[in-house]
Amino acid sequence: MHSTIAQLLARGPVVTDGAWGTQLQARGLGLGEFPDLWNLAHPEKVQEVAKAYVDAGSRVILTNTFGANRIRLAEQGAVDRLVEINTRGVEISRAAAVGRSQVFASIGPSGKILMTGDITADELRTAYSEQAKALADAGADALVVETMSDLEEALLAVSAARETGLPVVACMVFDSGKDKDRTMMGNTPEQVARALVDGGADVIGANCGQGVAGFVPICKRLHAATDRPIWAKANAGLPELLDGKTVYRNTPEEFVSFVPELIKAGASFVGGCCGTSPAFVAAISRQISS
Amino acid sequence: MPELKPLYDAVVNGNAKASQAITQEALAQGIDPLTLVNEYMVPAMDEVGRRFEANEYFVPELLIAARAMKASLDIIRPLLTARGDQPAGRVAIGTVKGDLHDIGKNLVGSLLEGGGFEVIDLGVNVAPEKFIETVREKGANIIAMSALLTTTMPAMKTTIEALKQAGIRQQVKVLIGGAPITQKYADEIGADGYSENAVGAVALAKKAVAAA
Repeated sequence: MHSTIAQLLARGPVVTDGAWGTQLQARGLGLGEFPDLWNLAHPEKVQEVAKAYVDAGSRVILTNTFGANRIRLAEQGAVDRLVEINTRGVEISRAAAVGRSQVFASIGPSGKILMTGDITADELRTAYSEQAKALADAGADALVVETMSDLEEALLAVSAARETGLPVVACMVFDSGKDKDRTMMGNTPEQVARALVDGGADVIGANCGQGVAGFVPICKRLHAATDRPIWAKANAGLPELLDGKTVYRNTPEEFVSFVPELIKAGASFVGGCCGTSPAFVAAISRQISS
Repeated sequence: MPELKPLYDAVVNGNAKASQAITQEALAQGIDPLTLVNEYMVPAMDEVGRRFEANEYFVPELLIAARAMKASLDIIRPLLTARGDQPAGRVAIGTVKGDLHDIGKNLVGSLLEGGGFEVIDLGVNVAPEKFIETVREKGANIIAMSALLTTTMPAMKTTIEALKQAGIRQQVKVLIGGAPITQKYADEIGADGYSENAVGAVALAKKAVAAA
């Protein structure tokens, strides 16, 4: 096990962070505005979000760099600022962490589909290597390849992230099939676990896609298929629109009621994805330390 | 008449080379292109949809089947156009204003093409005016909108309102989809249809043009 990961886990299950996008929206990020650009335009707002998670008890926080790869940034006409956006992303989280949390830098999907020829493996390899290097050079403690729907793309990202020598977390979205236990491309937790471990990921897991209840069986199956630590960041249920307002079904209390089961199922890193907030992280933190 | 079951199989198995070769051979023997489409390819895509619903097929199998279907349609389409046959429908597809998530939209677009529709892909973050322009200038008769976020969902309603304002709401069928969308929401905003997955979206589009 990578020493960074081993040190974190020596103190028991690790609380990670929650959603960033909704937190940034609460601070003025507009509809359709690209969150990563705020690392340059409004770093103080981004840092507020990071700090809110650190204060809530996150032992690991991510970075506002989910979409800061050249494929996504090209859509924003911001490729020339790629290194700067990633560097600032790490610096902002680091400043908020001030020794209290580790900074795991976020690498999200390209949004393109390899199979349809939207993008080639070479293009993805180049994009991920470039982003991973920028994040590592800026001093990230680890890299998180997250919210991946296609195992093939995830493996390209993991391989690029590994080149930096940093520990690599790789997690995928399980939201397809009758039982919502497959990736979009149809892979099972067992297939994902084997492939990501063979690909060299230090921690594997699941994020986004569904609420926390569905994460219990998935974590169990991931855990059974590997000896690597398991990462789990579930949504706060599925969002619903009520009278024009976004409502998430889960309260922090409902969410944390599943945390003991999640840990029993093998999760070592626990946090939240869409719809979660610092209140969720604080509740998870209390639950884990109790 | 040659044995055409292999055409059906080629589409179901996503073998684009085979479906194209069989199509060419069949056309050379004077078989009507519409016979190929309606009696072999469309039933094949129906079978692909059934397998998806049954969890036997996942997105990759859908994509390669749609690609095989399209490989044949690329040969057949010009023949149909030349004799004045129209495509099943002309779809303007895009993610709504404010939404940048395009995987679902791309998937639905591929399957609609495989289903015999002409697809005009407007990309992401599509303003209502852009949809309106596509209806007016390119003759789209279906608008397919996608939103992944609850925060961008309301743009679907805005777009439908804009179509009304422009006086072209009756000319088009509006279909919507995306993670946070429900049938209830579709009904509330006056969309013509909602599907929770890409296979259902093709069926919905077919129903929409049949009802038009």
